[in-house]
Amino acid sequence: MEAVASRPIARLDRRIFLALPALIWFLGFLLIPLFIVVIYSLATRGEYGAVTFNFSLGNYFRIFDSVYLKIFLRSLQLAAVTSISCLLLGFPVAYVMATASPRWRQILMAMVVIPFWTNFVIRAYAIKFLLSDYGLINSLGMFLHLWSEPIYFSNSAFSVWLGMVTNYIPFMILPLYVSLEKFDFTMLEAARDLGASSWNSFWKVLVPLIKTGLITGLIFVFTPALGEFVVPDLLGGAKTMLIGNLITEQFMKTRDWPFGSALSLLLIVAVLVSLTIYLTNRDSRVQH
Amino acid sequence: MLEVRNVSRTYGEAHALRDVSVTIQDGQFFSLLGPSGCGKTTLLRIIAGFEDPSQGQVFHKEKRIDNVPANRRRFNMVFQRYALFPHLNVKQNVAFGLQMKKTPSAEVEQRVSEMLSMVQMETYGTRGVTTLSGGQQQRVALARALVNRPEILLLDEPLSALDLKLRQQMQVELLSIQRRLKHTFIFVTHDQEEALTLSDRVAVMNKGRIEQVGTPQEIYEYPKTEFVARFIGSINVLGGEVGDGAADSLSFVGPGKRPFIIKASRDGSRPLPSFAKGTKVSLLVRPEKLKLLKSAPGPEQNTLEGTLKEVLYQGPITQLFVQPKETQGPVWVISQPNTAVTARKQFNLGEKVYVSWLPEDCLLLEKDGNGSGG
Ligand SMILES: Nc1ncnc2c1ncn2[C@@H]1O[C@H](COP(=O)(O)OP(=O)(O)OP(=O)(O)O)[C@@H](O)[C@H]1O
Ligand SMILES: [Mg+2]
Repeated sequence: MEAVASRPIARLDRRIFLALPALIWFLGFLLIPLFIVVIYSLATRGEYGAVTFNFSLGNYFRIFDSVYLKIFLRSLQLAAVTSISCLLLGFPVAYVMATASPRWRQILMAMVVIPFWTNFVIRAYAIKFLLSDYGLINSLGMFLHLWSEPIYFSNSAFSVWLGMVTNYIPFMILPLYVSLEKFDFTMLEAARDLGASSWNSFWKVLVPLIKTGLITGLIFVFTPALGEFVVPDLLGGAKTMLIGNLITEQFMKTRDWPFGSALSLLLIVAVLVSLTIYLTNRDSRVQH
Repeated sequence: MLEVRNVSRTYGEAHALRDVSVTIQDGQFFSLLGPSGCGKTTLLRIIAGFEDPSQGQVFHKEKRIDNVPANRRRFNMVFQRYALFPHLNVKQNVAFGLQMKKTPSAEVEQRVSEMLSMVQMETYGTRGVTTLSGGQQQRVALARALVNRPEILLLDEPLSALDLKLRQQMQVELLSIQRRLKHTFIFVTHDQEEALTLSDRVAVMNKGRIEQVGTPQEIYEYPKTEFVARFIGSINVLGGEVGDGAADSLSFVGPGKRPFIIKASRDGSRPLPSFAKGTKVSLLVRPEKLKLLKSAPGPEQNTLEGTLKEVLYQGPITQLFVQPKETQGPVWVISQPNTAVTARKQFNLGEKVYVSWLPEDCLLLEKDGNGSGG
């Protein structure tokens, strides 16, 4: 590379040059396809799945049909339950990790990260196997005479929940851990010293100071969980329709690409709304 | 009155505190002084309630408190790194303790602003604490603790992060606040000068034990152990053993079999030590008690012959370093005030000189196991 003089303008050029691959990527694989999706969402399905570009908002109005709203609400519910479960179960893990000795930290970190090394479909099947009528849990329970007949875990809401939580909990634990690891625990001593109960120390000192990690974790779980349909299909027996199924179906089965596009955009907007909440919260923290 | 009774604290194999007992009277500025790792913070944290003693008890106003949780003790702490809440502004930090006690908001407002003006931070109320300088954070930390009107204020090396100038200024402010409020202050420091300047009483700690408790003057003039003598200020040491005694004096046989005389202090505050003849002891003299002479003085003075090694002029005083003739041990330090007479340089380097002191002005202490005296 030429050693161009370090005039500010030249340096700026160089920096743009460095960012170029990312910019091209962003433009070519995100913005342009997104634009295409927007165009499609304004079209209508013609005969045999053809697309007529007559530019109407009809697809968006169709979403407000109670059938689709129900599906959307079901997805929202699944994502919300998953996020909150991951938070409640992941927080103690992250807390223990952040306060453990370096050796235990490594062990716990490995336990959190190792599941990433297996494909999630394989993990889902592992859970299916564990929970099946004569799977490990039922066999063990009956062997220990805790119950006598197999319990039908499979294809239940419970197994879907378990699959979702095991799948997404690392995305909650890691950002929480990052926040907690930076947290100065003498703050809690200071709070107690000033007469705060455990409850107040937690809500008035710990929570505000790890807010970034909390919100990051919630978004990392909520966003993908909202569009998730593979785990519920595999573990819930594909009995219920979620927004993810609905979108896939529009493209693959019904061949209604315009409606599928409108649904996809709805999902994107839902995610953008949550991101906006996150960013405004983070900004208000910096201003302090 | 706070009373620590036979408190020990172990961490696994390590002994942070060994059988510590100390009584602290109300309204005192009490310092815990000692080298790094001697257990000062551990003792303070046990008093605060962040740490439980492995053995022993703590009493406050005759009531046992070592089983009372920290948030129920009416003590407040100023932490070494301040531990201010970064998500709250100055006012909110100071108000925190009062709000936890559900104080009416009008009273909170009033007490907070009162306290902020006492630490001269009244114009910083709405500033974020992370934007403050070290000295300002220090003041906020102090205000946050004092606003609760603690029965005892605990301070863990609160000034150690400040530069010298600011530190001296804060020392004066701390002292005047303590005099005004008459709270008990328990102040941890490893800086002996700071402890002497500020305290009503000082406890000198070493390896988890309290070696001596006393007024700054007692600690400096009449240390009970060689460790205390060496830790506070500088002191010259000669190793030897106890010789013959007389009615009002004791003799000390140092290197070169030369005897020195030791007497009780004139005001009687330090009696003549009672050592059996032949006991291994150290003789200690402070640099400012020594006189440097060109010729040997009379026998009523203790005299050490040596060579002048170095002269350091330091403004108000001059420090002179003398290598004693009879030992290979460390050089002796003599500090002379630069009065009108001595301000002129009187001695030449390498010159043969006599170091002398009065029998009342030296100490005789049992030899420290790890001391390097003589
Ligand atoms: N939580 C702990 N776990 C293990 N050892 C500890 C713990 N806290 C203190 N110690 C040990 O106890 C001893 C006393 O520690 P302490 O912090 O009380 O010393 P200190 O006098 O405050 O020292 P400094 O001046 O360096 O702050 C040290 O040897 C220290 O290593
Ligand atoms: Mg300490």
